Amino acid sequence: MKVVNKKVGSVDGVGIMKGRKAFTDDYADKDSLIIKVKRSPHAFARIKNIDDSKAKALDGIEMVLTYKDFKRISFTRAGQGYPEPSPHDKFVLDKYVRYIGDEVCAVVGSTEEICLKALSLIEVDYEVLEPVLDFEKAIDNKTIIHDEPEAKEMFDIGFKPKKNIAASYHMHIGDVEKTLSECEYTIKETFYTQAQSHVMLEPHAVNTHIDYQERLVIYSSTQTPFHIRRIIAQALEIPMSKIRVIKPRVGGGFGGKQAIHGEMLAAYVTYKTGKPAKLVYTRKEVFESSYSRHPMKFEMALGADKFGKLKVIDCKVLSDTGAYGEHALTVFMVAGSKVLPLYNKVDSVRFSGDVVYTNHTPAGAFRGYGAIQGNFALESAVDILCHKMDMDPIKFRNLNMMKEGETSPIFAIMGEGTEGTPMNMDTCKLQECVEDGKALIDWDNKYPYKDMGDKIKTVGMAIAMQGSGIPLIDMGSATIKLNDDGFYNLMVGATEIGQGSDTVLSQIAAEELNTTIDKVIIYSSDTDLTPFDVGAYASSTTFVSGNAVYKAAKALKTEMLNEAARIFKVDIKQVEFDGEIFKVKNSDKKMTLRDFSNEITYSEEQKQLQVTSSYVGPKSPPPFMAGFIEIDIDKETAEIDIIDYVSVVDCGTTINPMLAKGQVDGAIVQGLGMAMFEDVKLAKNGKLISSDMLNYKIPTRLDINKLTTKFVDSYEKSGPFGAKSVGEIGIDTPPAALANAIENALGVRMTSLPITPEKILQKLKENEK
Amino acid sequence: MKINLKINGISKILEVEPGEFLLDVLRRNNYLSVRRGCDNSSCGVCTVLFDNKPVPSCSLLAVKANNHEITTVEGIQEEANKLAKCFGEYGADQCGFCNPSMALTVYALKQENKNATDEEIKEYLVGNLCRCTGYVSQHKAIKKYLGEKNESS
Repeated sequence: MKVVNKKVGSVDGVGIMKGRKAFTDDYADKDSLIIKVKRSPHAFARIKNIDDSKAKALDGIEMVLTYKDFKRISFTRAGQGYPEPSPHDKFVLDKYVRYIGDEVCAVVGSTEEICLKALSLIEVDYEVLEPVLDFEKAIDNKTIIHDEPEAKEMFDIGFKPKKNIAASYHMHIGDVEKTLSECEYTIKETFYTQAQSHVMLEPHAVNTHIDYQERLVIYSSTQTPFHIRRIIAQALEIPMSKIRVIKPRVGGGFGGKQAIHGEMLAAYVTYKTGKPAKLVYTRKEVFESSYSRHPMKFEMALGADKFGKLKVIDCKVLSDTGAYGEHALTVFMVAGSKVLPLYNKVDSVRFSGDVVYTNHTPAGAFRGYGAIQGNFALESAVDILCHKMDMDPIKFRNLNMMKEGETSPIFAIMGEGTEGTPMNMDTCKLQECVEDGKALIDWDNKYPYKDMGDKIKTVGMAIAMQGSGIPLIDMGSATIKLNDDGFYNLMVGATEIGQGSDTVLSQIAAEELNTTIDKVIIYSSDTDLTPFDVGAYASSTTFVSGNAVYKAAKALKTEMLNEAARIFKVDIKQVEFDGEIFKVKNSDKKMTLRDFSNEITYSEEQKQLQVTSSYVGPKSPPPFMAGFIEIDIDKETAEIDIIDYVSVVDCGTTINPMLAKGQVDGAIVQGLGMAMFEDVKLAKNGKLISSDMLNYKIPTRLDINKLTTKFVDSYEKSGPFGAKSVGEIGIDTPPAALANAIENALGVRMTSLPITPEKILQKLKENEK
Repeated sequence: MKINLKINGISKILEVEPGEFLLDVLRRNNYLSVRRGCDNSSCGVCTVLFDNKPVPSCSLLAVKANNHEITTVEGIQEEANKLAKCFGEYGADQCGFCNPSMALTVYALKQENKNATDEEIKEYLVGNLCRCTGYVSQHKAIKKYLGEKNESS
């Protein structure tokens, strides 16, 4: 291969560094109307009256929007395949506010200053209601958070709003109780994972205008432009043909932009007034009023026979979706479906529970999407079992984990909100990942721990899997056209959000067309100009969109050979193309691509060569990895220094090894943040305390010493040039690996995230008693 | 009110409101590489050079820039180009929202301390947060850039 699996820099790195106009707000009209949202000070309340007369009287205020301006059409903010597996429980504006930070009303004016003044002049009369602030007390609480008749599920997701249940799910294989009773060793433990904020550096932004065809143009920092177009059309009853969504460069998403945020209000304002408008979230709004990761509770039971063979896994899970149910069921199911198959040789397995509404900031999509939560619970529980059996955790995993060529019945049973798709693991290099990682971290010399005097050095590990798109649901497509002068345009609906998909997809096209990456000009995500793609989520882009690009390039090549055969007046089988020159076999007839493209553009039988191809995966080959952490723990303070994090990953072929490494490195550090200190903190009344970057800490460059990231040789036949996806897998292992390392060193088991020195010391103290 | 300042070496007279922050004035005047990432100077995305020192422009009143020199990445295009090449070499660019501010801070470090140690680099850049890369590839790229011959000096 010439371009794929080679060191290729990003197609846009230079322009972005030089500060070229790129991001959503860079495209906002200078005289945009500013939109500001008044947000609820109450965790749960009914709006009795909004007096906006003083605000409306202000010079420069264009309009004040309340729930009275909108028809009651329920929708979900979640950008997912349609119909969505998320309940439609949201209105553009509503007469109920369901968390502190929820939208009360919006002001639209000429400057931010005027809007802020107007916000302060609006008087809202609330009937304050009793909120649900403990997710373990949500079910059958006397407070019902979604009592409105319009709230509905699109198909059966176990939606029971009268019980505060957004979704529920149950599956089992075998008889869990019976298998547990027959096991030589059993363990039971309860785990908690916290909410985590995405903290992408670009806050959610949108700007809108009407173009000269009287159509609504929306620039949005979104991961799902096509879903945004659909949701706006449905909720505002605007013909979809009147809407164009353009996704410029996006400054990070991590799942946080896999939903509609300010787009609805901005679209409405411009559609109503004909004037350009914009809404950029403040950082506080990003924290408080977008969404964060679903906090979860796992009640786990595991059992093994006397040889250390895992026989049974039981997980009872409770998930907190906050005030709205975006991604409620699907995140919940991924906590099982992309975790449990790791141990595919069990006799019995059960996964069940509920996703409940509370009056918290909503939860939604976030890299890992349930898998990091489930991984923390299962991979922690596995190590607890190993300690009980006095068995080396690596030996245990080698005995019990998924191997290449095997399958798990869970793939067929659990999909994302629906039934799953059976598949065999044609590529699964977990054994190599574990072996390589063990050597790289120097496990044998560091496990279980080394006393260093003031500090204890220790190691811990965990294994993980993810997916490559959602099979039979996620569709990606690509259009490739040949231009005169012999270069190509590649138009994709796939959504570059900083992960490097524009570069990776260009590489796939260049490889198949046997050309260099500078000859492929990519343009992504514009609902008028690029073909459909579900967007950037579920680790789908390299695999799903990449396959579409591969198919399109292959088909275009055939068309080009056809045309060349016509020009040469020979059979197509006689024509060869090396990317630059067409040749007729056993003859001296030849033609450069440049001459060929000019001839078909300008000279004879002129035509535009262009191909569009789509791809839907019949399966979702999981990437796998083994993660190993080395830490030094201060004996007195329990402070943790991360010495190294070794990741050995099987994601098939790495289309761009450096960008793949970037995905893993970045995800590991995000996962370490969740493992060690990131925490969405709430006051007793439900108000977010961690609503700015001083109170919500993300890792800085001083926290990270060394990341050792390696990819094992692997070739997934169903992927483009052998690739699987790699966007999420890196985030899954750090919480469990860290908790396992701590038990290896100190003999205490940390069961709730984040794992702070305070919690460790407290646990050590409890153990002394 | 009006302020006199130099932006990227060019003298400008700009109309500003008394309470307006430099970030907003710059963006209003089409210096779009300067961006807002947070509300309280904790992310580094809005960094500009104020008399050659990196400062967060989101919390600097525009009037304070009166009679001073402001540099945005538009003013150090060649250096940004060099840094971008180094980033490319190590796969250190992802979303890039913070990259222009990073370029300014790294450029300022290069002027101040060409032989910065690993720890000095990290400490100098600690205010420039990145949520994408995990920092390690960036660190290697920045070291490479700092080690390159400084042609302008």
